Amino acid sequence: MPDLAVNFAGIASPNPFWLASAPPTNCGEQVMRAFDAGWGGAVWKTIGEQVTNTASRYSSIDWNGQRMMGLNNIELISDRPLDVNLCEIAEVKKRYPKNAVIASLMVESKREAWHRIVVQAEDAGADGLELNFGCPHGMSERGMGSAVGQVPEYTEMITSWAKEKARTPVIVKLTPNISDIRVIARAAKRGGADAVSAINTINSITGIDLDTFTPRPNVDGKSTHGGYCGPAVKPIALNMVQQVTSDPKAALPISGIGGVSTWRDAAEFFLLGCGTVQVCTAVMHYGYRIVEDMIDGLEDWMREKGFATIEDFRGLTLPHVTEWKHLNLNYKIVAHIDEAKCIGCDLCYIACWDGAHQCIHRDRVTGPVDGPVELHTVPASIEAATRATIAVTPIPRLDAHTRDGSKDKTPVERIPRVDETECVGCNLCALVCPVDECITMVEVPTGLPSETWEERARSKECAPPAMHG
Amino acid sequence: MREQHPIIAERFPDLHPPFAAQAATVEANRCLNCFDAPCTAACPTHIDVPKFIKKIASGNLGGSARTILDANVLGASCSRVCPVDVLCEGACVMHRYNKQPIEIARLQRFAMDGFHALGGRLPKKFEDSRPGHIACIGAGPASLACAAELAQQGFGVTVFERRPLPGGLNTYGVAEYKLPAWASLREIELIEDLGVEFQFGAEIDAEKLAEIEREFDLVFIGVGLGAGHGLKIPGGDHSGVVDALEFIAAYKTAKITSTNGKVAVIGAGNTAIDAANAALRLGAAEVSIVYRRKRENMSAFGFEYEHAKQEGVRFLWQTLPVRVITDGGMLEFMECTRVDDAVLPVAGSEFLLPCDLIITAVGQSPLLDLLEELKGVTLEKGRVVIERRTGRTTNPRYFAGGDCVNGGREVVDAVADGKRAAIAMTRHFEATYA
Repeated sequence: MPDLAVNFAGIASPNPFWLASAPPTNCGEQVMRAFDAGWGGAVWKTIGEQVTNTASRYSSIDWNGQRMMGLNNIELISDRPLDVNLCEIAEVKKRYPKNAVIASLMVESKREAWHRIVVQAEDAGADGLELNFGCPHGMSERGMGSAVGQVPEYTEMITSWAKEKARTPVIVKLTPNISDIRVIARAAKRGGADAVSAINTINSITGIDLDTFTPRPNVDGKSTHGGYCGPAVKPIALNMVQQVTSDPKAALPISGIGGVSTWRDAAEFFLLGCGTVQVCTAVMHYGYRIVEDMIDGLEDWMREKGFATIEDFRGLTLPHVTEWKHLNLNYKIVAHIDEAKCIGCDLCYIACWDGAHQCIHRDRVTGPVDGPVELHTVPASIEAATRATIAVTPIPRLDAHTRDGSKDKTPVERIPRVDETECVGCNLCALVCPVDECITMVEVPTGLPSETWEERARSKECAPPAMHG
Repeated sequence: MREQHPIIAERFPDLHPPFAAQAATVEANRCLNCFDAPCTAACPTHIDVPKFIKKIASGNLGGSARTILDANVLGASCSRVCPVDVLCEGACVMHRYNKQPIEIARLQRFAMDGFHALGGRLPKKFEDSRPGHIACIGAGPASLACAAELAQQGFGVTVFERRPLPGGLNTYGVAEYKLPAWASLREIELIEDLGVEFQFGAEIDAEKLAEIEREFDLVFIGVGLGAGHGLKIPGGDHSGVVDALEFIAAYKTAKITSTNGKVAVIGAGNTAIDAANAALRLGAAEVSIVYRRKRENMSAFGFEYEHAKQEGVRFLWQTLPVRVITDGGMLEFMECTRVDDAVLPVAGSEFLLPCDLIITAVGQSPLLDLLEELKGVTLEKGRVVIERRTGRTTNPRYFAGGDCVNGGREVVDAVADGKRAAIAMTRHFEATYA
């Protein structure tokens, strides 16, 4: 039985699934229900000086009928009194001593203010502190949140102020709204941070109402940029996490955040070196109950792979991530279409013609071929030929021969053919194919030794200059 | 007819209820958007199905309807009456994806209902009017499609129709739970709106034909088929023996709103099934379909057969009517005999089928009296011979399409015929007046 318990920078947690500092951790009642559902830890909704929030606050991107591919919010930190939050943190810790409660903090950029809030949070019983240097909206206009997290000097200074008083681990939450996240991660490390978490939300305008011309969320006819999160941001988060975990000057324990919705997402963050993950949007969408499958699914996968703990596979992907210049230019793969699986949608054909390298063709024919087969029929010609056909409704009385069960079989003319000599192995056809395992990318041995761009450039430098004639 | 009779409305509600807006979007999103889509190829009018479906998904309902109408001017009625199991939906690649095919017909209806609700009009394809006058004989789907395309192209069109309302079988002959008459008529109003002139109550004889030949440059023959074959057995001329299409037209026009007692329907085609289902819905105690061959020989579509069984229709296979027995002028029995695979009576198998109404649905005869008046137009087995791609008959001034050409196919086939003929006529005029 895999053991999901983790010790993250000194914070013990029964599992690596934490709720991110956000609406799902707004109050003690919520956090206790979350722990009952199975969450290992919770980063409390950021506390500090009480604020007033707007109505409305959220907006989202739907995609192809799916709700909330990406979620945007303009909510500020906790709008509840500080003492109420502290009191509830104490209550939660008393009732759930084994779960991790991390206090997310944000106060004005004054040493005394940070000292005071650190002491208050720890006195309430927080197991750790997360410094919110990432909130991209509202608070940043008041010199807090990402206004701190975008300036390395501020990040380092305030981290060090927190560390002056902190007895529990200090996690610095990083903003992605910066050109190189490593610069801030290094500053946090210099300031004495015990860990970092990444990423906070990304500046966004999610969409505009085409009737009122007002962006969403609409606050009395106006809107403002918010922070973007949810499944859409996961690739950005994974990249930024990898940048931090691969940088020796920044490397600290890292809690992964950004679009984690399932155990698969979580496993990816762990493979890039994260010690815990934090979840918000998926819970805002479906509730705390989703953690059950995150635990169950991860355990199952770990059993299958023979991993006993998170540490057994944490960071295993990092050696596989490198710079472009180190990729082997002599590696060749080509697309292979499984005729038995092809359903004849021909999306690979049009994707290759319009979006790639024109090397998938619709030229399979049944029966004997008279003369050369035209390989390069452009898409428009194929469509025009179809429109020119005369189709009739097959009527049993008139067309006895048409009564068959051919619905289950793809006509051979609709099964595209890959010209392997032209295929550049880009993957696009496999990506658009709706059928699992129908298009696979197959390695073609080139007989050439591995050669990277860097190696090729160097060998050109060494080679004698070409003769010009 | 522009409003359903309340009893008919109650007993013939939509067989396939329309999509609610959000359900349509969900279904539209499910479509894979195939390239050179098989559904489009399977449609006789080649509606660009993925294109109109993805416009529903993007919220471009107007564009969706225009995409449909560009290919098929009777897109609304086709969305309700097409046997999509053997057309677009039957061709959907989703069958091979271990999933349900996309509900193309319901999506098409959704787009067309939205179009009508917003008072959409058919676009012109050529802005000005051009020389060229065409007479369309018959106001069924073939003629309507021909007339609409020609009017959109700027030509003058007059449609001659024997009945008081346009639409042919769309208006008078399709089961009301598929296509109510008002929906057929609403769609045709848009064709009138294009400037097409309709002459109703027009009987076409030699004299009228001569007049039409004088007044019009080209003629489209879309007259469909004639009367049903009837029941040629002793007593078959009894007033309790009615033709299926007349029975259907009678309830659709609310001339009858109830059927009592036991009903025998002779024949096992789609019309027989429509009539049998209607009789049950109108209150018949028992409805039996009497067919001389076996189930696998029936000409009705498989899904129609399944539907009839669900409605409660009985099927008597390999059964042949012998004579009609009356009592005091009232129908009492139809004597039947069982037949073998060669449709030869099995001795001693005769039995009496109690019935109060007999509906015959054994096919229609061609309108030979009319067709034989067309000079230079070749017929074959009572069907007008045409050149497939242009609809041109052996008389270059005459074009034809629909049931009088194909012997009785679907609305969508008639629409495709009419449109092909209209395009050929347009080319003819463009060449003539260039």
